[in-house]
Amino acid sequence: MSDRTEAPVPEDAEATPDGDDNGRRFFEDITGINVDWRSAAIVPLLAVLTALVVGAFIVILSDTELLKKFGSEPLAALGDSWSLIAEAYSALARGAFGSVDAWSETLVSATPLIFTGLAVAIGFRAGLFNIGGQGQLIAGGMGALIIGFSFNLPSILHIPLALIAGILAGAIWGGMSGLLKARSGAHEVITTIMLNFIALFLMRWALKTEFIRVEGRQDPISKTIETSAYLPRLFGFLDNTQLRVHLGFVLALLAAWFIYWLLFKTTIGYEFRATGYNPDAARYGGMNVTRVYVLVMAVAGGAAGMGGAVEIQGLHHSVVDGFQGTLGFDAIALALLGRSHPVGVVLASLLFGALVSGGRTMQAQTDVPIDLILVVQALVIMFIAAPALIRAIFRVRTGKEVEQLTRGWS
Amino acid sequence: MELELRGITKRFPGVLANDSVSLTVRSGEILGLLGENGAGKTTLMNILYGLYSADEGEILIDGEPQAFSGPGDAIAAGIGMVHQHFMLVPVFSVAENVVLGVEPTIGGGVLNLKKARQDVVDISEKYNLEVPPDSIIEDLPVGVQQRVEIIKVLFRQAEVLVFDEPTAVLTPQEVEEFFEILRSLRDAGRAIVFITHKLKEVLQIADRISVLRRGAVVGEANPKQVTEAALAELMVGRPVDLVVDKEPAEPGATVLQIENLVVVDERLHRAVNDVSFEVRAGEIVGIAGVQGNGQSELVEALTGLREPLTGKISIGGEDASRSSPREIHSMSVAHVPEDRQRSGLVLKFTVAENMVLDTYHAPPYSRGVVMDWDETRRTAERLVKQYDVRTPSIDVEMANLSGGNQQKVIVAREFGRDVKLVVASQPTRGLDVGSIEYIHERIVQERDEGAAILIVSTELDEVLALSDRILVMYRGTLVAETTPETTTAAELGLHMAGAGGGLGAPEDAPS
Amino acid sequence: MVIVTTTADRPGVDQPEEVVRTPAELRRARVLGIVYIVMALGVLWFFAKGTTGDATFGLTRPQDRFSDFPDLTVPAAGSAYLVAVVLAFVGTVQLIRGFGKWTNAVLAVVLTLVLFSFLAWAAAGKSISMVGMMRGAISLGVPIALGALSGVLCERVAVINIAIEGMLLGGAFTGALVGSLFNSWLGLVAATLTGVLLAWILAVFAIRYRVDQIIVGVVINIFVLGLTGFLAFRLTERNPELNSASVFGPIGIPLLKDIPFIGPVFFDQNLFVYAMYIFTVALTFGLFRTKWGLRSRAVGEHPKAADTLGVNVYRMRYLNVMLGGALAGFGGAFFTLGAVGRFDDNMTAGRGFIALAAMIFGRWHPVGAVSGALLFGFADSMRIRLALVRPIPSEFLAMAPYIATIIVVAGLVGRARPPAADGQPYIKE
Repeated sequence: MSDRTEAPVPEDAEATPDGDDNGRRFFEDITGINVDWRSAAIVPLLAVLTALVVGAFIVILSDTELLKKFGSEPLAALGDSWSLIAEAYSALARGAFGSVDAWSETLVSATPLIFTGLAVAIGFRAGLFNIGGQGQLIAGGMGALIIGFSFNLPSILHIPLALIAGILAGAIWGGMSGLLKARSGAHEVITTIMLNFIALFLMRWALKTEFIRVEGRQDPISKTIETSAYLPRLFGFLDNTQLRVHLGFVLALLAAWFIYWLLFKTTIGYEFRATGYNPDAARYGGMNVTRVYVLVMAVAGGAAGMGGAVEIQGLHHSVVDGFQGTLGFDAIALALLGRSHPVGVVLASLLFGALVSGGRTMQAQTDVPIDLILVVQALVIMFIAAPALIRAIFRVRTGKEVEQLTRGWS
Repeated sequence: MELELRGITKRFPGVLANDSVSLTVRSGEILGLLGENGAGKTTLMNILYGLYSADEGEILIDGEPQAFSGPGDAIAAGIGMVHQHFMLVPVFSVAENVVLGVEPTIGGGVLNLKKARQDVVDISEKYNLEVPPDSIIEDLPVGVQQRVEIIKVLFRQAEVLVFDEPTAVLTPQEVEEFFEILRSLRDAGRAIVFITHKLKEVLQIADRISVLRRGAVVGEANPKQVTEAALAELMVGRPVDLVVDKEPAEPGATVLQIENLVVVDERLHRAVNDVSFEVRAGEIVGIAGVQGNGQSELVEALTGLREPLTGKISIGGEDASRSSPREIHSMSVAHVPEDRQRSGLVLKFTVAENMVLDTYHAPPYSRGVVMDWDETRRTAERLVKQYDVRTPSIDVEMANLSGGNQQKVIVAREFGRDVKLVVASQPTRGLDVGSIEYIHERIVQERDEGAAILIVSTELDEVLALSDRILVMYRGTLVAETTPETTTAAELGLHMAGAGGGLGAPEDAPS
Repeated sequence: MVIVTTTADRPGVDQPEEVVRTPAELRRARVLGIVYIVMALGVLWFFAKGTTGDATFGLTRPQDRFSDFPDLTVPAAGSAYLVAVVLAFVGTVQLIRGFGKWTNAVLAVVLTLVLFSFLAWAAAGKSISMVGMMRGAISLGVPIALGALSGVLCERVAVINIAIEGMLLGGAFTGALVGSLFNSWLGLVAATLTGVLLAWILAVFAIRYRVDQIIVGVVINIFVLGLTGFLAFRLTERNPELNSASVFGPIGIPLLKDIPFIGPVFFDQNLFVYAMYIFTVALTFGLFRTKWGLRSRAVGEHPKAADTLGVNVYRMRYLNVMLGGALAGFGGAFFTLGAVGRFDDNMTAGRGFIALAAMIFGRWHPVGAVSGALLFGFADSMRIRLALVRPIPSEFLAMAPYIATIIVVAGLVGRARPPAADGQPYIKE
């Protein structure tokens, strides 16, 4: 049987010194993976900028009237294009950062993104591709919902209880994929996507049942949770504001910090990362790779589940089909953009939250639909995942090759 | 025909693989290209074959400069290469592998499998290379696979045949058969380049020898006149100690006891078939054998990575037959795995992180779930120094270290604590001479400190030099037990091929 | 010359001394037996108890030639009892000694029987058109089948194509758009080309830049989802005429379509179905009997070996991936030009992933992959038909294909081996 071909570095080559200094070590610590810091910061930034530019082109190209105008009055059309883009993107910026209210909305959008982004990042760290954020979030939301409307306890108990229910539900949903992978080698990409759909259909069914559905109506809307389970608004004590930003944002930051601690300061995290890089060596080192896979997916699912719980408890207060949006898929972009590191995920989530809340304004004030944001996201991922392309476009010398995160179906 | 390489130079990032290398080989002769691992032989041949492109220099056939943009060109020019790691598609048949790339067709691209088969049979008969044309490659033994590789190049009418480390996976018996093939090919007018690091073999088969060291040709020799020692010195640049310095062993109590062990592989064959032996404290037991006779599975069973079917393993008196790797580790067992990059190290982790790969889970490196990175780093610094690991710091990624230093990290990690039993599989595979010497010294040192050591190696010289007792494994059973003083490489070789008479283990019925 | 032959102690083929059943295997076999028995009980409880009436399965349609071919009528409860008994028996045998190499075949038969009893129960006292259900199965299975074939093409050269979903969706979109703008045939061409374009993107990133293939696939999917949603809204909201293409109707093959039951099911379908038949045969023949096929498979199993023999690994991969893209794009057009004539946001709803499951289920063989796809199509078809007859919560039936996919992928129907180099980029020095 053929062996893997060895790397082309001959045996006697001495290690190439990396240049050592304290400042760099600190940053490497912060970013976690031993990655050239230029790659960690510059590539994502450039990717976002490039994506916005390409997105602009798509906006222009999709405006059929504008396109026709290029045929007849090209110069005027150019001017129109420019103003179209300017309008769209300035609406975007205003919607994201232009006022206190905008900031609040940005944070509100960022909150669930942080959770789902963490869910994907945790998976990546262990070499697993967790696309199940959607389903895990739904599970979490449903869990929190049921605890939310079934009991009436003092807030100090009710809030954590509902949160825990959400975390557990998500953990179970994620853990199933982990178990399947560990026991049968079923690739988590497929199982998580399938579970996404199953969760969706289960939710839809649940919304029709008497237990879940709101009384007195036929619509598939759930009962509202008790106010004792609400996550309070951060600025609720100010009388005249409608700022929606809620405790969930703080919880998200805490979750990110916890995941950082877990990944880099604990034996569990060590096992996650070792298994992610090399499951054979992990086994040799005595780690139970099966257990690791299940645990990773459970933790990841728990994170996403908490996101779902937080969304219900802090924002919607009841479940409607669609509350999950596209959070699961956005999460993938976030994890990549954030280099699978909790800090990166938080920053990336803030950025995407800005895009989403700004995008709503953009859609309302110009004619550009919010799906553009999806396109921009996808472009961002593309440009992140292809450092070679970036290298060619901007001639930035980045250090390492993209890690091979997956190894086929096994 | 005459093939000449003139002034070939090739650089990789950070290293000069080939330094102005010039060689010639003519029809009807066997050129031996000698050099240790990493000397640049394979790179040179890959350039000849069109897989790499040289930075400087040229390739000339009968005086005409050639430009190879890929293996297709080299093949067309009459160069055939048999690689060290076989280039055979495991799930294809012999005939399919032979014709791949130059398939006979019945018009429009449809394969003519009958003709392919016939062609294989024709060549097989012409050169007396018997192969079953319809068998699937992965079912065939290594020696037969090699014959398929030879048929492949002959099918393409190669005039120059290049063999890269062809005897690495053969028993001494198969090597003899292989040499007969080489001689007959040479006598039939082919030019042959035989690349190896094995002194004895190149002296046996080559008509002329060129020695490569650190990418450059450092000498040429006539095998009829040159001595082994002189060649070795050329190869490594200094007089080489072909023997390991060690005192006679003083074995103590039995540490490892194996009784009637049966281990089954993925394909449900008995890779280890009723094996029993013991290893005592203060002695080195070496298991010799050609790769693929069950040694890997044996080691996996001993270290908890594979569950045996039946049989008993005891370590220090405790039953370890079905223990996990971690449990065995806690019995003070050190394991140096045969594939360091696959099993022994996490290349993307730093040196420090790798240093606790099998100890991270307990104090002092962690308390509960929390890792104590300070303690880890202290230990790593200490061990790196103690074991002479060449690295700019312990925060460097493992992948940046050379093979020898990577192995030293593993050895440091494993020997750096108190161990009762050491299981080392191919401990010096792919390493330079300096690292090999170092690791051998360390192994002997562990033995003298009272550990029981089990070495599994395909390198006969290593087994002979290190072991106090030698066992030979063939087809999953132990077929010989002896000592280095009372045996020779030739005799061991016979046992390794299953022809030595055995220890009363059941012989395979000829089919 | 010394004659070198295989010596007596070195047989030509490594004969296994003894094939052993590992403890894990024995466990699995026993579990399967228990599962069968549990299924028997389940069938008894759910499908037999309290069921009255006969189930009538229509085997012809009024417009067929032999429309007076009798319907299949079975007593619903009776069938269930019978199936339960058979299951219990089979389960006992499985528990005790197993079926050896017939295990998978037996599993298939068991599942078919359970399915049958389920259908009988659902249709108890009523009648459902079996011929309609089967026609629907083929029809609904087509995009999955074409997607699965695309997957086979790509994975045989060791490129994992997660982007089948995106290619299907993209093909659906451009098919509808161009079909509305011009005509449906051009729409087909556009759809195919869209698939090729997306595949080219996958190929460039996976082969040339050696980016992780699964990530590229996921990215392409997100990209296509966003772009088609965005464009559909932006373009068709103002110009609805851009989203109404004419649909390819069924074309009956004379003579063949008159065979009772089989005729209307297989030979009175639209061109997508016939294309599927042709592609399946062509791909099978091509992969296993032509030069191109041999080289492709070599590239997927051992690219280095192929490379050393002068096969252009990069070119073969590009070629096959783009061919796969063409298939997937074409298959995507089915959703619009073969069904509703209109593009809806995310109308593929994960079928691209089900296609991957079908491919794994079919062990990377074109015929197997298509069989798997048709099975999933049957699940879909069943859901639609039964909803008319029985108020079964449709969500559960909708879930069925996804659950089935998980079961397949988890190897509960036997493990399979993908091409050896699957997912690994080839690095040429």
